[in-house]
This record gives sequence, C-alpha cells and structure tokens, in this order.
Amino acid sequence: MKKPLLKIKHLKKIYHDLEGETDAVKDFTLDIYDQEFIVIVGPSGCGKSTILSILAGLEEKSEGKIEVEKENLITGYMLQKDSLFPWLTILDNCLLGLKVQKKLTEESKKRVIRLLNTYGLGEFQDKYPDSLSGGMRQRVALIRTLAIDPDILLLDEPFSALDYQTRLALSDDVFRIIKQEGKTAIMISHDIGESVSLADRIIVLTKRPSVIKNIYTIDLTGKSSPIENRKCKEFSTYYDQIWRDLDVHI
Amino acid sequence: MSIYSQEHKEFLKKRRRRKIVVGVSQIFVLLFFLGIWELAARCGWINTFLSSSPSEVIKTSLTLLGQNNLLKHIYVTLYETVVSFLIASFVGLLIASLLWRFSLLASIFDPYLTVLNSLPKVALGPLIIIWVGANTNSIIFMALMISLIISIINIYNGFISTDKNYITLMESFHAKKFQIYKDVILPGNITTIINCLKINISMSLIGVIMGELLVSKEGLGYLIMYGSQVFNINLVITSVVILAIISYVMYFVINLLEQKTTK
Repeated sequence: MKKPLLKIKHLKKIYHDLEGETDAVKDFTLDIYDQEFIVIVGPSGCGKSTILSILAGLEEKSEGKIEVEKENLITGYMLQKDSLFPWLTILDNCLLGLKVQKKLTEESKKRVIRLLNTYGLGEFQDKYPDSLSGGMRQRVALIRTLAIDPDILLLDEPFSALDYQTRLALSDDVFRIIKQEGKTAIMISHDIGESVSLADRIIVLTKRPSVIKNIYTIDLTGKSSPIENRKCKEFSTYYDQIWRDLDVHI
Repeated sequence: MSIYSQEHKEFLKKRRRRKIVVGVSQIFVLLFFLGIWELAARCGWINTFLSSSPSEVIKTSLTLLGQNNLLKHIYVTLYETVVSFLIASFVGLLIASLLWRFSLLASIFDPYLTVLNSLPKVALGPLIIIWVGANTNSIIFMALMISLIISIINIYNGFISTDKNYITLMESFHAKKFQIYKDVILPGNITTIINCLKINISMSLIGVIMGELLVSKEGLGYLIMYGSQVFNINLVITSVVILAIISYVMYFVINLLEQKTTK
C-alpha cells in the first residue's frame, strides 16, 4: 500500500462557551491516501464540519496529531455557499487565493485561465458573478480552490445549496475535475446517495461527541461517473447500510 | 431601434411619458406654491412683514449679494460644512477600522459610543464655546460631534456584518487581517460607506448651522440668527432658501459620486 498523504491521529475538539464545554469530536483517526476521494457522513451537528475546519487551519484542535507526509501541505477549502465576491470578475475571484498568498505570477495566472477554459468557464472570465447560475458559480468556486494548487481539497457540503438537478450534474462535474487534476479530496455530505456515488471511502460518524462508527470502502462493479455509479448493483446495499448506521429518528 | 418589438417601444414610450409627467409636475408644484405665496402677499392676505414673499426673497438676495457679502456668508458655511464632513468621514472610517481590527477596543468603547450617540449634542454647545472659543473651530467641532459618532457606528456595524463566509474563505487562504480588511471588508462595504457619506453631509450641515446660530459672526446660520433678532424676516427666509439649495446641491454631488463608484 502507498504511504498516506495525511495521518490524522486521535483528533479531539472541545468547544467552550459560558454554559460549559461541548465535546464536538471525541476521537477521529484516519489515514488519507493520495488521490483518494473520502466522504464523511454523520448526523447533523456531529462535528463533521469541525474536522474539516481543523484540517483547513481555520480552527485549533484540542488534542491529537495531524501528520503530513509532505512539507507545506496546501489545503484548499470549499464552502457550502460559493461566496464569490460580487465586486470582482470571475477571473479575479479565481485569482483571489493566489493574490492573498502572494503567488500570483504570469505563470500561475495562465494556469487559472487554462482551468477556466478547460471547464467551460473561459467565456465568463470577465463577467461578474451575478450573471452566472448557481451551479456555474459553484464551479467557479471549485476553480478558485484549485487555483492555489492544493494537495488536498476540503469540501464542506459543496452542493447542498443547489437544486436537485444542478446538484447531480455538478457533482458529476466536480468529481471529473478533481480526478482529472489528480487531487485528493475530503468531502462532507448529508446525502447518502451522493456520498456513495462519489466516494472511494465513506466515513460514518456517530452523534456528538463523534467517533468513527464505520468505514466503507466503496467497491462498485463498473464504477465510472457519479451519475452512472447510482445504477451499479451494489449502490442500494451501501445506501441501506449507511442509512442504518446513521440511525435517523425524527 | 427596429430590433425592438412594438410592445417594447410602447413600454419605453410609457416610461418616458411618466418621467416627463413627474418632472413637469415637480416644477409645477414649486411654481404653484411660489405663485400662491406671492399672490397672498400682494393681495394682503398675509402679512409680508412676518411671512415675506418670493419677490422680496429675490430682492433681499440681490441686496445681500451687493452690499452684505452674501457670497462670503455662503462660503463660510460651505467651508465649515465641507471641513467637518471630510474630517468626520475620514476619522469615522479610521476609527471604525480600528474597532474592527481590535475587537477588544470595540467591546470597551461600546457603551461610551452609545451614550455619546444618544446625547443631544446641542447640549454641549455652550461647553464647546467655552473650551474651543467662539470661532470657526468651535462650529466645526460642533458639527464633528454630530456627524463623527454616527459615522463610526454606521461604518463599524457595516464592517462587522460583512458576510462571514467571505471571511472564512479568506482565512482558508491563510489571509492576514489586513488582507481581509483590504480585499473583503472595504470593497464589501462601499454601499455602507457611501450611505454614511450621505448622512454625514446633512449631519455636518445641521451641526454647522447649529454652531453658527450659537456663536458665529459669519455664515448663513448667523444671517438667520441676526435676521430674527432684528426682526428682518426677509433675511431669515432668504437664508433658509439658500440653505435648502446648498444642501440639495451637496446631496447631488454625493449621488454623482455614488453612481461613479457603484458602476
């Protein structure tokens, strides 16, 4: 087996407020391999986003260790909302990360323009975000994340703000783009179908304080694009198992 | 033009017609009001000594222009207003930025800002005169008291209600605080800042006139005060009319600025 790109060991996160402290994540241990697509599912409020925020460097962990195989591992974070700046053009939005990290050169700019062209957004590069549809905006958000050439993409329910059709089409797109660019991805989802259709491995978390309940390696016969994957015969088996794991009661 | 359908032409025509109707009516309302006023004055329905008349206002303006340095008074009021407007806007933006940058400062000064904001500043008038002196500075100071606090509060509130997702995004790029300020907070709050400028211009004018009523020897506020003291209502009303024109012109300038920046 390959060496993992990222080793997360006994990650723990406690939130503090005046009423007391809340254990959000109790124990999270996972090795993540290069070019893997990992999806984390779990009941709402179980601390999925917390794990992602910690990996993105947005929050401090309380305990545990994150070991990286590569020095200066770059993470790219993609939010639920596209958060494109309405006052910047599509191109300038995509260049934001490079600009902030002072890595904006003619070369890196060309690379971003290539990305936009490759993924069908080239003609919009001088337009402003409000002239784009929700699905296209989220695609721009992905390119903005890819622009800084991250080793790992962290996707926090990137499709949940979209309508169902756009969601299916975009998850297909995003999957293709991530695979084509050879990126490793960790995605959070609350949609079981979406998770099974996209993931190489699915991590199921328990309720808060969360620990890992189950890990599924998704092995579909004739695995191809996410939409096609939904037709594979094992799809519903995985779906059922995860559904039972999540143990949803209203 | 022929690319448009008949319906669209009709639509455009309707819109144009509406615009003309509004414009003509606005002028008509003004003329009607002035006409009634003049008529009432001529026919002796109202006492012109107490309520003046449009022709008297024009006559007074011309006399003032010739003899009493009307331009000088306008200049003084304008100068004081513009200076306090500029100081209030710049300092307001600066302090709001500092409060955003150092949230501890914001927490500490929050009750003081609230008190200062709700305090009727005119109550400080006499104190300001004693401290700063009965001169232009105290008028500018007065106008500043009125417009500065409200600018700080408005701009700061705009800053802290910036979309959190924008900031999370910047943080995910490991942006420094200043980069977040420069790339998100400022450009994201252009509308708030312009609105604040709009409020500031009228606040400054209010402050200046209030100050001039209290202390000055020059300016439109002084003319109004002087006019009322010697019971020259023509002078009072003329000054008020000029003041109305000035405030409209200043508002118009800010609107132009807004159109330029939001394009």
